[in-house]
Amino acid sequence: MMLQFFCLQGVFMLLLTLSAHPMGAWLAPLAAGRVSGRWQRVDAMLLRMAGIRDEGMGWRQYALAVLVFNLLGALLLYALQRLQGLLPLNPQGMGAVEVGSAFNTAISFVTNTNWQGYAGESTMSYLTQMVGLAVQNFLSAATGIAVAFALMRGFTRRESADLGNFWADVLRVSVYVLLPLSIVLALVLVQQGVLQNLSGYTTYTTLAGHAQTLAMGPVASQEAIKMLGTNGGGFFNANSAHPFENPTELTNLLQMLAIFLIPAGLTHAFGRLAGDRRQGWAIYIAMSVIFIACAVAVMAAESQGNPLLTALGIDGGSGNWEGKEVRFGMAASSLFITVTTAASCGAVNAMHDSLTALGGMVPMWLMQLGEVVFGGVGSGLYGMLIFAVLAVFVAGLMVGRTPEYLGKKIEAFDMKMVALVILTTPALVLLGTAASVLLAPGLAGLANPGMHGFSEVLYAFSSAANNNGSAFAGLSANTPFYNAMLGIAMWLGRFAIIVPVLAMAGNLAAKKTLATTNGSMPTHGGLFISLLVGSVLLVGALTYLPALALGPVAEHLMIWAH
Amino acid sequence: MQSIVANPNLASRAERALWWPATRLLLGLTVLLGLIYPLAVTGLAQVLLPAQANGSLIVQNGQVVGSALIGQSFGKADEFWGRPSATASSPYNGAASGGSNLGPANPALAKAVAERIAALKAAGPVAPGPVPADLVTASASGLDPHISLAAALYQVPRIAKVRHLDAGKLQQLVLQQAENSWFGSQATARVNVLRLNMVLPRG
Amino acid sequence: MGALSEKIMTEKKISLPLFDPALLKPALLDSVRKLALREQLKNPVMFVVYLGSVLCSVLWVMALQGQGDAPAWLTGSIAVWLWFTVLFANFAEALAEGRSKAQAASLKGLKKATIAKKLAAPHRYGAGFTLVDASDLRKGDVVLVQHGELIPCDGEVIEGIASVDESAITGESAPVIRESGGDFSSVTGGTRVLSDWIVVCATVNPGETFIDRMIAMVEGAKRRKTPNEVALTILLLALTLVFLLVTVTLLPFSVYSVNSAGSGTVISLPVLLALLVCLIPTTIGGLLSAIGVAGMSRLMAANVIATSGRAVEAAGDVDVLLLDKTGTITFGNRQASAFIAAAGHTPVQLAEAAWLASLADDTPEGKSIVVLAQRLTRSPAVLHEGEQSGHNTLHALQQGLTPAGVSFVPFTAQSRMSGINLGSRQIRKGAADAIRRHIQQQGGSFSTVLQQQVDDIASRGSTPLVVAEGAEVLGVVELKDVVKPGIKERFAQLRQMGIKTVMVTGDNRLTAAAIAAEAGVDDFLAEATPENKLALIRDYQKRGQLVAMTGDGTNDAPALAQADVAVAMNSGTQAAREAANMVDLDSSPTKLIQVVEIGKQMLMTRGALTTFSLANDVAKYFAIIPAAFASTYPQLALLNVMGLTSPASALLSAVIFNALIIVVLIPLALKGVRYRALGAEALLRRNLLVYGLGGLLLPFAGIKLIDMLLAVLGLV
Repeated sequence: MMLQFFCLQGVFMLLLTLSAHPMGAWLAPLAAGRVSGRWQRVDAMLLRMAGIRDEGMGWRQYALAVLVFNLLGALLLYALQRLQGLLPLNPQGMGAVEVGSAFNTAISFVTNTNWQGYAGESTMSYLTQMVGLAVQNFLSAATGIAVAFALMRGFTRRESADLGNFWADVLRVSVYVLLPLSIVLALVLVQQGVLQNLSGYTTYTTLAGHAQTLAMGPVASQEAIKMLGTNGGGFFNANSAHPFENPTELTNLLQMLAIFLIPAGLTHAFGRLAGDRRQGWAIYIAMSVIFIACAVAVMAAESQGNPLLTALGIDGGSGNWEGKEVRFGMAASSLFITVTTAASCGAVNAMHDSLTALGGMVPMWLMQLGEVVFGGVGSGLYGMLIFAVLAVFVAGLMVGRTPEYLGKKIEAFDMKMVALVILTTPALVLLGTAASVLLAPGLAGLANPGMHGFSEVLYAFSSAANNNGSAFAGLSANTPFYNAMLGIAMWLGRFAIIVPVLAMAGNLAAKKTLATTNGSMPTHGGLFISLLVGSVLLVGALTYLPALALGPVAEHLMIWAH
Repeated sequence: MQSIVANPNLASRAERALWWPATRLLLGLTVLLGLIYPLAVTGLAQVLLPAQANGSLIVQNGQVVGSALIGQSFGKADEFWGRPSATASSPYNGAASGGSNLGPANPALAKAVAERIAALKAAGPVAPGPVPADLVTASASGLDPHISLAAALYQVPRIAKVRHLDAGKLQQLVLQQAENSWFGSQATARVNVLRLNMVLPRG
Repeated sequence: MGALSEKIMTEKKISLPLFDPALLKPALLDSVRKLALREQLKNPVMFVVYLGSVLCSVLWVMALQGQGDAPAWLTGSIAVWLWFTVLFANFAEALAEGRSKAQAASLKGLKKATIAKKLAAPHRYGAGFTLVDASDLRKGDVVLVQHGELIPCDGEVIEGIASVDESAITGESAPVIRESGGDFSSVTGGTRVLSDWIVVCATVNPGETFIDRMIAMVEGAKRRKTPNEVALTILLLALTLVFLLVTVTLLPFSVYSVNSAGSGTVISLPVLLALLVCLIPTTIGGLLSAIGVAGMSRLMAANVIATSGRAVEAAGDVDVLLLDKTGTITFGNRQASAFIAAAGHTPVQLAEAAWLASLADDTPEGKSIVVLAQRLTRSPAVLHEGEQSGHNTLHALQQGLTPAGVSFVPFTAQSRMSGINLGSRQIRKGAADAIRRHIQQQGGSFSTVLQQQVDDIASRGSTPLVVAEGAEVLGVVELKDVVKPGIKERFAQLRQMGIKTVMVTGDNRLTAAAIAAEAGVDDFLAEATPENKLALIRDYQKRGQLVAMTGDGTNDAPALAQADVAVAMNSGTQAAREAANMVDLDSSPTKLIQVVEIGKQMLMTRGALTTFSLANDVAKYFAIIPAAFASTYPQLALLNVMGLTSPASALLSAVIFNALIIVVLIPLALKGVRYRALGAEALLRRNLLVYGLGGLLLPFAGIKLIDMLLAVLGLV
């Protein structure tokens, strides 16, 4: 079984590495703020149609544009959910979504979290799914990528106040990158069995003579962008575990690749923009190292099975099967679990709440690392670059120079922004969890007793604040308390990071670019990669070790104590 | 912050005009990505791949009896059982997918598994060896169409007995139905329960 | 200058013993004095420890009254060690400051009350003066200083010339000449006039003199945080807040755990405080300001005064060093090494003429020609046997006299030649182009062969000096510029550190190129003028490089002001000193290299201790987490990998280790981590291994050791 896993992981990494390269070449000109030669006329036409003048923005305007655009997006999505009963494309006659849930869901999809407090097939009309949720799948992804572009420009522009134009970035990313990829992926998914229709739910009598109703809908078109945009909000409640969302091993592999495709491509685009592709490789390798190690850890934990069940006479050697699908087995499930939480996707092909204690701790920790191991589209790169700045700062001092990254000196203002970023998510996660395990409405949501219940809450806030969206889904989160708490965590976890990132980008762009010499710390070699990996892991470990000790670690030690 | 010197004219003009471009862009992209895109994909799918796009339904004698991708609730002694389903209101509820979300140390999980083992063993003879884990644990979607090959073979003695079949031949049938998983061995092979039950002969 | 440079090259260190008993006592007192709230607020990390100590003390008192949630002895012990943590950090800072003050004290001796002779109008020599106290002098006042008197203030010589003993500042005993106008017009208060008199115009107000500023700097009174220190403090503050969140939320987590497990007790406040203080970066937080003060101190020990800590830090970042050839790369005094006769003349004839032409030349070059000529011709006197009058003349010249009919032609900026008129003989020596012009005026010609010889010499890096008699060229004297031994290796080291060396010289391109090759510099600027020096600096800066240079003359001021790190020679003019951000009291041109090293060392020390501090936390978790939660979840005892005796001893050991490590690291903070001239990558690998991995592992051993000690002593 382990062999099967390593083969699968090998193929996955090979395909990812091969596709990241052209993806980087595709994204790089857009990141630089232009389109390649023959597309220029098309581009000019598109911009004119959208009424956009491609003028440079300073970081403040860029940030304001991000906020305004996303605020409007959230309002539109909220309105759609509340009014869906009156709107067309609603064959099942779904009524208005409840206020708290609609609020939570609007924020969830706008922030690229795609936390789902609702069950798709029994809550959302086709119109809401298409025009509301799927559109935000595109736009939240484009927003993340645009912010990453702005940060890349910050690193690579010299003495400039111009971070590019947010409107043009969103438009170009959506139309030139996300849309074509989605169309192709959607059709492949349909070929494999993913639904794509607007019919009402199908009912028939089964072989055994029961009535069975199957939910229907335009699934493939949403599934494609759900993965490519690292959104993860499933059309159905069971998400990518549902056979109509993820019917085969091939779709499973494609979905995993789709999740990592753009985050991986962005690292290469970053290298191209920096004029030194090794810089991109370094980030890519650092991410890969953590990812591979974590995937192996999940697989090792899951294939051990659950000793409490083995004791009842079941075949523990086949792994921990509760909450997993047979067509994926331990190998493809473990890999997917790691992919979806390393990236801030949050789609699931297995129920994370039922993972073994350690198998569940790894995805939780991957989120707590700040979603920087590939991470969300755009957000993964800018998050990782924040860590790179942090690593460079400490290491740079150690080589006796004012720390610099890509020729930009890292100074007090930059550190302030880094400090805000590394403070925000731990504050949201730890304070949110603390409030929930103290207060009655928080405790009411717990599905599992004891340490696992604690893990459910910790997982929820880790997921929300880091914009992942996966869950230990036993937690009954569709309550006013959790809808509000998690909604706030998602909003701040997204925009309280984006604003300092843009501020740093602006500050960096305005700086001179220093020449690199033998005395500057190289940021492309093995040493830097280990340093970056070390910083990410150390910060993650130091921040969350006590909480993890009281949740999954204690649970693991208890389960295996006998 | 003082280091940022944006062109003040450019700044004020753009700030004034922040809401309008945002609205225009949001609405434009909503039409493109929320209507044109999914409708176009639906159109293509319905023309090119109608069977898959509508649920890979299996028709027997002119009647839809299920989907090749969705499991069904089987509980009679003479049919192969699928995996336990934790879907809301009834097992294998195709309109309410979901798993049990029971944690590994939750006593409710051990209790449920113990009950399922007992039910399996009560229904008839089983193959020797430990109970295949997937046969007594709930799937993620509650709609898992498969069981492991081991789980199918485990049930062969019961079905052979009830249906008066030769256990060896039934085992052959099961093995024919088995699908291999990527890079896998027999230990990770699986069987589509609906398809298997559809080809089950009576002795 | 040569000898002095040599001394610097061998890294002279004027340093105090690390724990000078005379400094310890005041430092100990200061550590207590620094417990004042105002002092503590300066350092956010230690302020958290301070608040923790106060809170823990209150909890102790409550525990003594039976109201505590932890045993009184444990709370008390934690409180005591938290206070020690604060005190140790205070002590580190106090000790560093004490050492700096001791260095400043020697300078303070210069500030003895001095009486100044303040001149009345017209502020010329001879005008009447009044005696005033030196501290009353304002900028613009004019004073007379006569031999034997102390110069009362920093100023500019406006009249007169004098030799001045500046050893009080520079430590160099040889007196220097100070005169009005030119590059040697600046004087420093506190130095002594040895001969003659000068009229000095004060350039600063009282309390702002050079020495005042030096003392203020060193005493730390005006020590502001450097940019890097600010950035680092922000990071440390952020980490402190993260750990504050971690510990604060641990209380509700613990409450939940106890409720759901139905066993154990909720984590107590003293334990939370102990955990918090262990986790926040106290090691670097406690030593940060000591590192800064010690960095300045090291610079002082090298006899360099920085006008700000910012400059010291910038020195670490320098990419390009502009070094004056003379004095830095070569000894500066060129030596005659060969006589190359022109066609039709013998080397002896040439030597004799060169000897004559150099008799009155007091420059090192001239003297070296005389020495070489005498060695080559045994005795020049035999050259003109039979010529009685000539013999007499020669004899007189040898005695250093100027016989009749002989006149010396001094070097002037116009003619750019010097020589001797000996009866009808007109012997001249000078640069090739000057002599060429000279003989062409006389109707002579400068052969191409000769020009070839001149070029050959220049391309060897030597200076050709052409000797002519009348309209005829006798030959060329080769003056060799001697490159200092060891300098090439030094530059190779710098190159490895990523620092580019650029030689600046007034020599022509050929000469410069040869010396540059011999010395192993990366680039050179020949025929340097203040303008092209400035242009060169701007050019490097445009390419994103930071430039450091040394300078002394007034015409260096623009370049000094433009350079990122500018070291002015103390012997230089006031203008140069104002434009620079460091002043080298030794006026040693090689000092720049040392300054760069000190700057790098300071940054490295900060980085190393930050890494160490953070890496320490891992072990502390393994000590405290099982201790804090073992009653709720006994299975967590498995995390007690160090096998610590009891929860209480684990807790105390971690806190004690956390406090003691500050003391253990004080020497490192004061001396700085060992500096090595390595490339960034090698340096980082080394430091990561030592301070990263070391920081990860050491506390496991340390905490275990303290725990064993506590157990053996029966304290827990």
